[in-house]
Amino acid sequence: MASGSGLTAEVASALGPRARLSGGTLFLLIILLLAIVGIGIQAAADATLFAQITLNGLSLAGLYFIVASGFTLIFGLMRVVNMAHGSFYMLGGIIAYLVQERMLNPDPTSFDLPQATLTSFLIPLIVSMFSIALLGVLIQQVFLRWNQGQELRQALITIALSIIIADQAVARFGGIAKEISVPVRKSIQLPIVGMYGTTRLVLLLVAIVVGVALVLIISRTRFGMIVRAGVDDRQMVTALGVNIQKVFVGAFFLGALLAGLAGVLGGAVNSVNKSDDGKFLLISLVIVIVGGMGSLTGAAVGAVLLGLIDSYSDVYLPDAITNYGVLLTFFLLVFVLAVRPYGLFGRPG
Amino acid sequence: MISARLHWLIGIGIVIVAAVLPFVFSNFTTSQILTRALILGLAAASLIFLASLGGWVSLAQLGLYGVAGFTVGNLVQADGGAKVFAMDIWLASLLALVVTVLVGLLIGVIASRSEGIYFLMITLAFGVIIKLLFEKATDLSGFGGINQIIQPAVLGSAQLDPERIYWVCLAICVLVYLGIRYFAHTPFGLAFQGIRDNTPRMRALGYNVTLIRTVAFGIAAFIAGLAGVLNVWWNTQISPGTIDIGPVIFLLMIAIIGGLYRIEGAWVGALIYVILDNRLRSVDLVGERVATALGIVFLLIVLLSPGGVMGIYKSLASRWRRSRSESGAARDGDGTAAPTVAGD
Repeated sequence: MASGSGLTAEVASALGPRARLSGGTLFLLIILLLAIVGIGIQAAADATLFAQITLNGLSLAGLYFIVASGFTLIFGLMRVVNMAHGSFYMLGGIIAYLVQERMLNPDPTSFDLPQATLTSFLIPLIVSMFSIALLGVLIQQVFLRWNQGQELRQALITIALSIIIADQAVARFGGIAKEISVPVRKSIQLPIVGMYGTTRLVLLLVAIVVGVALVLIISRTRFGMIVRAGVDDRQMVTALGVNIQKVFVGAFFLGALLAGLAGVLGGAVNSVNKSDDGKFLLISLVIVIVGGMGSLTGAAVGAVLLGLIDSYSDVYLPDAITNYGVLLTFFLLVFVLAVRPYGLFGRPG
Repeated sequence: MISARLHWLIGIGIVIVAAVLPFVFSNFTTSQILTRALILGLAAASLIFLASLGGWVSLAQLGLYGVAGFTVGNLVQADGGAKVFAMDIWLASLLALVVTVLVGLLIGVIASRSEGIYFLMITLAFGVIIKLLFEKATDLSGFGGINQIIQPAVLGSAQLDPERIYWVCLAICVLVYLGIRYFAHTPFGLAFQGIRDNTPRMRALGYNVTLIRTVAFGIAAFIAGLAGVLNVWWNTQISPGTIDIGPVIFLLMIAIIGGLYRIEGAWVGALIYVILDNRLRSVDLVGERVATALGIVFLLIVLLSPGGVMGIYKSLASRWRRSRSESGAARDGDGTAAPTVAGD
């Protein structure tokens, strides 16, 4: 909850004199203030725990960002709501696990895979990422290309595909959650935080690298220039002689690639799970709705908000209501949409 | 053109035939096919109500259906759930409808500010959040759902008297259908459709767009809630799996099969879906993978005919009478702009 209030205040001040400080907004600010004070007291009581939970939240946010950035990229440019994005995430984890299983020849009596080397981690990662990227391009070319502009129909097509993918995945992979093996030591010593999971730190690092790379691609390359132009005015870009179909393929490739990457990383940090598709579709939706459709900054802010809320609510909510933590996501959505119907960084499009 | 009177006669005929079906079919068919189709059809009707009159595709309807079901389950005597109340089933059902409508209004007031694909995404997010809430909050949903929810005594035994709950469902479905048809022609219903067709103009004319949309969403929540209550009466149990993302999509599939723009299509779609679901399970090749098969059916329908089965019927009918009218009854397209009034 912590970073929420700063943002809301920022949004309120950005809206300027037009923004009325209504009862609802005031109520929201008071709740946020209480949450911050509550978390502050807890933080003072146990700084190590607080640092750990914050880091947990941020690494979770990193995972969320990688998934949601692909979703928002595809939506921003092509207006395609890819309902199969969660399935891409799940398939990414499954493919990597299956490839790794082949490479490591696990002891059949053991439930876990043996520790991977760098090669036996990177090869499954790369195979999985590019398989998902190609799957994305295939879906775009076969099913979506000739439906351009028919947003609802495209969403329905990807929904239908997601059912098929989910069912086939359960058939091939089974219902038990499995972990992808990583080539690093389980945890390392950090200042203040103490012992902390290495995979989570790597995940956070990868997310930052992905974020920087995306910003550079969007702001510095020709591809990014066309994407930015396409988000604003697709017809004009086409009229200027740009082959936007190629750019669409590129965007779908990149978006699916990111979902696959996140699936592998999520499978390494947490597990590969058959219900991940719905969960990560929801996460992508919430982040993109909160942050604003098509906005990379919005995806980052939304991911951090959601990651921190998830992580703080797990630990700091009183035991009696900790099961209702998901309601916080609900209220995040409600409050943001009440103040900014197009999300924090979104524009009416 | 078929005259309005003939339409009425056909409608009454269908209801009479539907009412005697339990005497024709086995108890199993009555319960697992017919009653199930009526209940799912009612849930789909709440989706189609919003789609046809409001131009909105909502994926929160099954979540609301679940809210109603879980509320009943928690308020009456049952295995699992809160276990602190042992309310009368009728009172509990009434309260469940009130709760569902309130939740619906809350979602409606937020979602009604969005359009088209944004609305779809926002309602899907709300729907999944409701499911996650019930999944995590085991004090509300028990472990593995709420079972043995008591039924109204008048329904008798689910095994021995499946026709009673069937008739109750049939009566409520008919009432809801007539209610929606009536609603479409009230000033309020017309204003709702006006907003679908041209929001800025309606706003300029002084209509409170957000209010009208929110109330309409509340009405849809009421219909979904009715279906949710009937579902626990019929099924005597509910679990978070009932409102998982898969069933949400299958409810959308029902609405799409029926064609998003005809209320009666809801039950046509539900019947087709339930029969498919039942038959496919017994096919060797499909067997366990019934979801894949249904997904492929769904994909084909979306790819081939956006108007669903009722759309095919409509386009055939309009081809047949093309020379007489150019009203373009069979406008298909992506569905973001709902073409016709349900009661045309």
